[in-house]
Amino acid sequence: MKRTGAQIVWECLVRQGVTDIFGYPGGAILPTYDAMLDYPIRHILVRHEQGATHMADGYARASGRVGVALATSGPGATNMVTGIATAMMDSSPIVCITGQVGSKLVGSDAFQESDVTGVTLPITKHNYLVTRADDIAPTFREAFEIAASGRPGPVHIDITKDAQQSSCDFDWDAAVPKKPEFRPDWSARPEDFQRALDLINAAERPLILAGHGIILSNAMDIVRAFAEKANIPVSPTLLGIGGFPASHPLNLGMMGMHGEAWVNSAIQQADLLLAFGMRFDDRVTGNLKTYALNAKKIHIDIDAAEINKNVRADVGIVGDLKESLDVLMPGVKTGDRATWIAHIQDLKGDSAVRDIQNLPDSGHLYAAHVINDLWRATNGDAIIVTDVGQHQMWEAQYYHHDKPRSLITSGGLGTMGFALPAAIGAKLACPDKEVWVVVGDGGFQMTMCELATIVQEGIDINVAIINNGYLGMVRQWQEFFYERRYAATPLVNPDFKKLAEAFGLPAQTVTMRSEVIPAVEAARSNRKTVVIDFKVEQEDTVYPMVPAGADLDAMIRRPSPSPIVETGADVL
Amino acid sequence: MMTTFAILVENKPGVLTRVSSLFRRRAFNIESLTVGHTDRPGVSRMTIVVDTDELGARRIEAHIYKLVNVLRVENITLAPAVFRDLAMIKVAASAESRTHIMQLVDVFRARVVDVAPDSLIIEITGTEDKIDGLLEVLRPYGVMEMVRTGRVAMSRGLRSSAAAPGEAAAGPSEDENVFHSV
Repeated sequence: MKRTGAQIVWECLVRQGVTDIFGYPGGAILPTYDAMLDYPIRHILVRHEQGATHMADGYARASGRVGVALATSGPGATNMVTGIATAMMDSSPIVCITGQVGSKLVGSDAFQESDVTGVTLPITKHNYLVTRADDIAPTFREAFEIAASGRPGPVHIDITKDAQQSSCDFDWDAAVPKKPEFRPDWSARPEDFQRALDLINAAERPLILAGHGIILSNAMDIVRAFAEKANIPVSPTLLGIGGFPASHPLNLGMMGMHGEAWVNSAIQQADLLLAFGMRFDDRVTGNLKTYALNAKKIHIDIDAAEINKNVRADVGIVGDLKESLDVLMPGVKTGDRATWIAHIQDLKGDSAVRDIQNLPDSGHLYAAHVINDLWRATNGDAIIVTDVGQHQMWEAQYYHHDKPRSLITSGGLGTMGFALPAAIGAKLACPDKEVWVVVGDGGFQMTMCELATIVQEGIDINVAIINNGYLGMVRQWQEFFYERRYAATPLVNPDFKKLAEAFGLPAQTVTMRSEVIPAVEAARSNRKTVVIDFKVEQEDTVYPMVPAGADLDAMIRRPSPSPIVETGADVL
Repeated sequence: MMTTFAILVENKPGVLTRVSSLFRRRAFNIESLTVGHTDRPGVSRMTIVVDTDELGARRIEAHIYKLVNVLRVENITLAPAVFRDLAMIKVAASAESRTHIMQLVDVFRARVVDVAPDSLIIEITGTEDKIDGLLEVLRPYGVMEMVRTGRVAMSRGLRSSAAAPGEAAAGPSEDENVFHSV
């Protein structure tokens, strides 16, 4: 059947099962927008193209389905760059479609022309410049396959205006993607699995490092069964949170720069690390030269390029995590490892005393209290979408996630402004779930224009602004490492309550701990998005902290017994 | 260690950028890169030399295989292989020095491809060492200009990085999961 290129775009999206798309129109994508009206796909009009990419990303992370964003050429496309890079770093499957000037104008510096496939080349799994209507269907089928397969990631399709306008035969079946001519088989051999089993069964002090791959590979059940059978404690990475229940007795809590102190000490003392779908990012290893020197490492990852990248693996297993564990499971011996687990308990030492949740109520409002109360009030059952910075780390520490895909956060790229749009995407992917944005006052102001999207599209999420009047994490680094010279970190903020009300959204300001749960409850029962401005302690600090590049167990701890306002003076 | 990759790619716009960008992005420095057609229509062959260790070479290979337009990668550093570089060297040659230079050219099994009143162009094919050797002995006469192709390489015998499509031994897997790997 004859279709225009623009119609083929939608024919393909419908056949790929796309129901929602996030976008912003403009000249070079107008033919596609015009054709959209005839197809059953919901379009969410964003306020900035970066928001569209984060929404597609949040949609993908909440559901596991491919998220789709749409924009015009030039500035529309370049505005997507941050969102694409965010998805790349966190292995999130999205397809970004942009219009391009007519193929005869490409290279002429035409109005709103930019070499955007050149720009997105290093931050996508693959990208395309499509100049003929005939190429659209095969490109789309291949793009969706690439985005979702293997280690997921973003794919960008740039389509010239004339390719959208011209007509050709549309044949979906003929557009089936070709498999690559050759790919080497790097999957693990039986002897690799046997070596892994020998190490596991002989280990006295093993630890599972639970990464994002558990969630991407849907390996939650087998990881849990594996840990329980062998009695191996588990620590998640930031993106691994939710892949292993927080309430499980074997879950020690998060590792890394702001991980639990006992976890980092345990990693340094372990004799075996089982890295499940994680990539030994510098934020979880600290100084690589001193990282886990006593431990053998078994690294299971679907991406062969991750094995031996940062940490040398004694056994590297390239493959899908779930399938790999299915092979290992029968050979794993049951064990109690009571001595090791008791030792980790000892490592906790006086951590409980240092925990801010256990400090006497001073009347001050702490971000950690807000997040812990949010956890209580939502029964730990909400999807929490965080931004980047101190509130993100407190969320990871004090909101206890039992389910996968319930924490959505920009880990690898650390993109401020991610939370609000990503939460919109998550809500559209999971309309029946409660979705909360936890965002700092800095990051919120980067993408707060999307409040208008929320109003226009009638979206019901809730927003908790953790407002300390600073770019808090940067301020914390200045406090520790730059003699408290607060260069460009204090913020003069708008009145967020009035701001939200100007958008037509109910809002509240909270300054006392006793008000936290009532405010959260009120927001939950409101069918509109409610913005709550939590004015928290200004110079609060995330503990523990491994300074960048320091040994993993060289942590700065919360002073104990703690004065309520930490001065940092007795810290180093 | 100098590592040599032979890479077969689809001959499409931007493929050279994708491959070279990958080396830059992953902080590997390319020592030499050549591209040309192969016996298969639509397929180009790159020879890339990069200074890295064994683990680095494995990571590069894994990364290159992630590029959709790449058909095949072979690390032929340690394989039995023929390595060649081609150079053209323009050297100053007066009437009296010309004979001396031509004797050197003979010794190196090179060829004179152009004679001008005051200069010669010498063409030499061989390993980089051999070309460096000729260059060294020509220097005293005055090397005016030089161009080199960079290394091209081919493994010996039946092993072939330019495997024909449908060659069963290393053909595409039927497993859905390996589509484009990662």
